[in-house]
Amino acid sequence: MTTPHHQDQAGAKLGMWLFLFTEMILFGGLFLLYGVYLARYPHEFAQAGQEMHVVFGTVNTVVLITSSLLAAMAVTAIQRDDCRNAVLFLLGTIGCAVVFLVNKFFEWSSEIGRGIYPNSPTLAAGPPGESVFFSLYYLTVGLHGLHVLLGATVLGVVALRAQKRTIHAGHYVLLENGVLYWHLVDLIWIFIFPLYYLLL
Amino acid sequence: MMPTRSFWNDTGRTGIAAWLFSTDHKRIGLLYFYTALAFFLVGMTLGGLMRIELMAPGRTIMGPQTYNALFTVHGVVMIFLFIIPAFPGAFGNLVMPIQIGARDVAFPRLNLFSWWLYVIGAAVVITSLFTGGGPPDTGWTFYVPFSERTGTNVSLAVFGVFIVGFSSILTGINFVTTIHRLRAEGMRWGRLPLFVWSLYATAWVQILATPILGVTLALIIAERLLGTGLFDPTRGGDPLMYQHLFWIYSHPAVYIMILPAMGAITEIIPVFSRKPIFGYKMIAFSSLAIASAGSLVWGHHMFTSGMSDRAILIFSFLTFVVAIPSAIKVFNWVSTLYKGSISLEAPMLFALSFILLFSIGGLSGLILGAAATDIHVHDTQFVVGHFHYVMFGGAAFAFFGAMHYWLPKFYGRRYAEKPATVAWALMFVGFNITYFSMMLLGIKGMPRRYYDYLPEFAPLNLTSTIGSWILISGILLLLVNLFRGLRKGEVVGANPWGGATLEWTIPSPPPTENFEQEPVVTHGPYDFSKAGMP
Repeated sequence: MTTPHHQDQAGAKLGMWLFLFTEMILFGGLFLLYGVYLARYPHEFAQAGQEMHVVFGTVNTVVLITSSLLAAMAVTAIQRDDCRNAVLFLLGTIGCAVVFLVNKFFEWSSEIGRGIYPNSPTLAAGPPGESVFFSLYYLTVGLHGLHVLLGATVLGVVALRAQKRTIHAGHYVLLENGVLYWHLVDLIWIFIFPLYYLLL
Repeated sequence: MMPTRSFWNDTGRTGIAAWLFSTDHKRIGLLYFYTALAFFLVGMTLGGLMRIELMAPGRTIMGPQTYNALFTVHGVVMIFLFIIPAFPGAFGNLVMPIQIGARDVAFPRLNLFSWWLYVIGAAVVITSLFTGGGPPDTGWTFYVPFSERTGTNVSLAVFGVFIVGFSSILTGINFVTTIHRLRAEGMRWGRLPLFVWSLYATAWVQILATPILGVTLALIIAERLLGTGLFDPTRGGDPLMYQHLFWIYSHPAVYIMILPAMGAITEIIPVFSRKPIFGYKMIAFSSLAIASAGSLVWGHHMFTSGMSDRAILIFSFLTFVVAIPSAIKVFNWVSTLYKGSISLEAPMLFALSFILLFSIGGLSGLILGAAATDIHVHDTQFVVGHFHYVMFGGAAFAFFGAMHYWLPKFYGRRYAEKPATVAWALMFVGFNITYFSMMLLGIKGMPRRYYDYLPEFAPLNLTSTIGSWILISGILLLLVNLFRGLRKGEVVGANPWGGATLEWTIPSPPPTENFEQEPVVTHGPYDFSKAGMP
């Protein structure tokens, strides 16, 4: 387009917030199922919850919270027009995302090794409520994992553009939006962690 | 005189690619319009074939499996590929930015991306018909457990609908942001045209409800591919949870379909009555009220599925609550007509028939919303009749009215009035014969989605089928007349109908930038005297 490009940063942020609402509602469907099935199978859920690796969950929670801190620091850095540090903080965030996913990989491997996965013979032999619990767990955490992957990719693009200085102190709404998205990914985990690892 | 420079040529880009990759809201609107219209014609053909099959008892032109596939694909195409994207995508894109005095939507590239997602999703749905186990046969609702067990290509079709849903979400985000951020100077909330208000309410429903459809459809795929068993009673799941999740989206979705249609009618009626709209604030408010109350009534689809009496009572009550804002709209339209100088041109004919048909559809909806009567007519042809009265007699008739009202703006030429009137009359008569027969059949007890029926239902089924032929011939005449008119009909000026909203202040067709200088709004959208109208 030859027209002068009109930048509406407040508009861009409003759009991002609306998108974050849709993401929360997407997960909301799974949390709703969790609530209904927990009310129906409280004992089976408690039993199944004992099988979870609290250590893996706790480490991942710490990793994600650290990543959110780094992401927030990236915003502060870009506001001071410190592109170098902004990029470093973003790379740190992405590093945390990788650690999170690797950790998840070992956790899932261990669980699958014990015969816990959707439609497994072990779960089919157990009480029905436990299989519901683990199916929900794999779906919710799997969907969250996809979002971690997506968020890290977005931050990667943002870091690249900050490196090329197309994002700078005068114009950093893309970075801010990317970081907002990352905070959402973190926030959803903050709900997943107690529901699946701690409460039961 | 037609302006020589308009969005059709003023950027100098006129090839196919300049359209497929354009970020101009008018071009994207037309892309949406033609894509949706194509799917409407596909859906109409499937519907016509179903009516022919039901013309007489027993096998007429197809077998039962084909029939099951037909009603499924008819529903999926008409709902997810025609009516949900059509109004916001086509007329929302074409008209809304101009009506608020903007050059474009807030996120033009996202807008283009939404159209592409829609086309890609549609392509996946179409692919699912010809690959794997063949076209899905579950009905457009994809109810479990059948949708988990059928060997047909449900997973792919559902994935296509998932993509189309994402496109719908992005349109919603774009429209809410646009309406908040890009209103021209003086375009206060109280001066927004009511079509914009209806799109605003619709956009919120698209944002807040569609993600639930997304996760529900993803769960069907997970159930089929991974065997998660969340809806399988043998493994602790509950099939009713699927119905809840599905209708948490799909009931609000009917307001995605009808609200913009109501908005379009609200634009047409004052212009063709030469009178300001009656009850501006209440109409704007009722759009928001329908959107919010309508999000809490999904349970009325499940009265016979198994639900506590208390839940039935609550959902039934809330359903009746939705009737109040709907009635507010109807009364305000009729009050606008009162003592108006009514001119019965094609857009107005469609608007007036919308009021009648929507009222019949809405009131028959209350028969379904009241638990006692619902149990009698649940899952009968009555439901089919009701739904088509609201969606076809309502939303689609408004869509046809909007085509006659707004497309001349973007082509600079108009249709011929007389054939349009004949086409409307054929459609109106054919429509009522087709769908009123269905309501009668339902009350007599004929179930929906059945391939065959008892001999006593034969006369009404034959009547309904004959009605469908009248209806289809009306639609074809309408399209031929409209598109011939847009190509070589009478040239129209900037304001052929005497409207007072902003789109009538700029040339037909408009330039890419819409406004030569940013407009300053000094009066309301239906203030005809201040707009210089007699």
